[in-house]
Amino acid sequence: MPRKGTPGQVLTRGIWRENPVLIQMLGLCPALAVTNTVENALAMGGATFFVLFCSSLLVSSFKRFIPQEVRISTFILIIATFVTIADMTLEAIVPEIHKALGAFIALIVVNCIILGRQEAFASKNSVPRALLDAVGTGIGFIIAMFLMGALREVVGYGSFLGYPLFGSSYEPWIIMILPPGGFLSIGFILIALNWWQRRQLERAKARELVEGALVGRAA
Amino acid sequence: MGDLFWIFISAMVVNNFTLFYFLGLCPFMGVSGRIYTALRMGAADIFVLTIASTCAWFLNTYILPAAPYLRLISFIVVIASLVQITEMAIKKLSPALFRALGIYLPLITTNCAILGLAIFQTNRGYNFLEGLSFALGGGLGLTLALVLMASIREDLLFSKVPEIAKGNAIVFIIAGILSLAFMGFAGLLSV
Repeated sequence: MPRKGTPGQVLTRGIWRENPVLIQMLGLCPALAVTNTVENALAMGGATFFVLFCSSLLVSSFKRFIPQEVRISTFILIIATFVTIADMTLEAIVPEIHKALGAFIALIVVNCIILGRQEAFASKNSVPRALLDAVGTGIGFIIAMFLMGALREVVGYGSFLGYPLFGSSYEPWIIMILPPGGFLSIGFILIALNWWQRRQLERAKARELVEGALVGRAA
Repeated sequence: MGDLFWIFISAMVVNNFTLFYFLGLCPFMGVSGRIYTALRMGAADIFVLTIASTCAWFLNTYILPAAPYLRLISFIVVIASLVQITEMAIKKLSPALFRALGIYLPLITTNCAILGLAIFQTNRGYNFLEGLSFALGGGLGLTLALVLMASIREDLLFSKVPEIAKGNAIVFIIAGILSLAFMGFAGLLSV
């Protein structure tokens, strides 16, 4: 049984360094489709978190009984069960949000993040580690959804969680809440991430150079 | 007849699966590097979408009224197994066609475009013919988006892209502009 990483690493890995959406480019459909307001984005993030957590729990507990040949179908059936539960629960508790998210709640079934975690992690690790991994990845997904939702709502509606930010003279960029805005937002977020990573790299290089010079002088 | 035509046009350009509903983005990002692969992927998409639409219609009409909570699960199981069976049949009957679609079929058996089609079709209450024209339009729309993207990306190889936008970022920005262009069709009709 592979035991890579301490529990802390398992938990934090998915949150930032291997963020499912921004780094691994998985689960793009919901990240683009339902992030036109922060509220929708968080509801989607929460539903996905729930499904991921429960599926990881079930898959890691039953991993001994799932035959290797039909494991993918088994995972999908487990995931589909929890998605149906999430779908019905949301419809009962918050009908407006359920209506806004529409078919995309059902489409959590085919979210590659969830199936990917079952195949790559939950089916090979103990229950607590699988749960830690699910929590980390789920939080990572929620963070990405929140970033997208915040960017699109603030610019596109001039509000945050429904509260107006800029006063009445602000002309909202309608384009950001329409489909093209989804593509453009994630494009800009990726550019910002690239820029930040390159800066980190350059700083690390500069630090090495300085340290190298110091060591050289000391010698 | 008019209705069928408008469902077809709407699924193809106005509410394009990829550029309007963000369905099937993974293959859109993955295989849009070359026009040739994009075309074959598109063909496989049309094929599976048609199967999915027929399955969804059958399940909705004859089985699911008795057990609506099994909708998702039955869609996935039935569509995935039927695609698998068809794949075996094609392999036997027409090896040439199998070579052309081969590796793409398992990739898209249950991607979001396929399941999305089945769910949209259910939510809108399409009958059999309406569903077929929705599937054909959607499939052609996916192919159109893939081929357009692939053509742009083939050209992109020879253009100067800013260093920080290289890779996925520039592809998303281009997709945004494409999606913007497709919004021009919105005046045509709305479904």
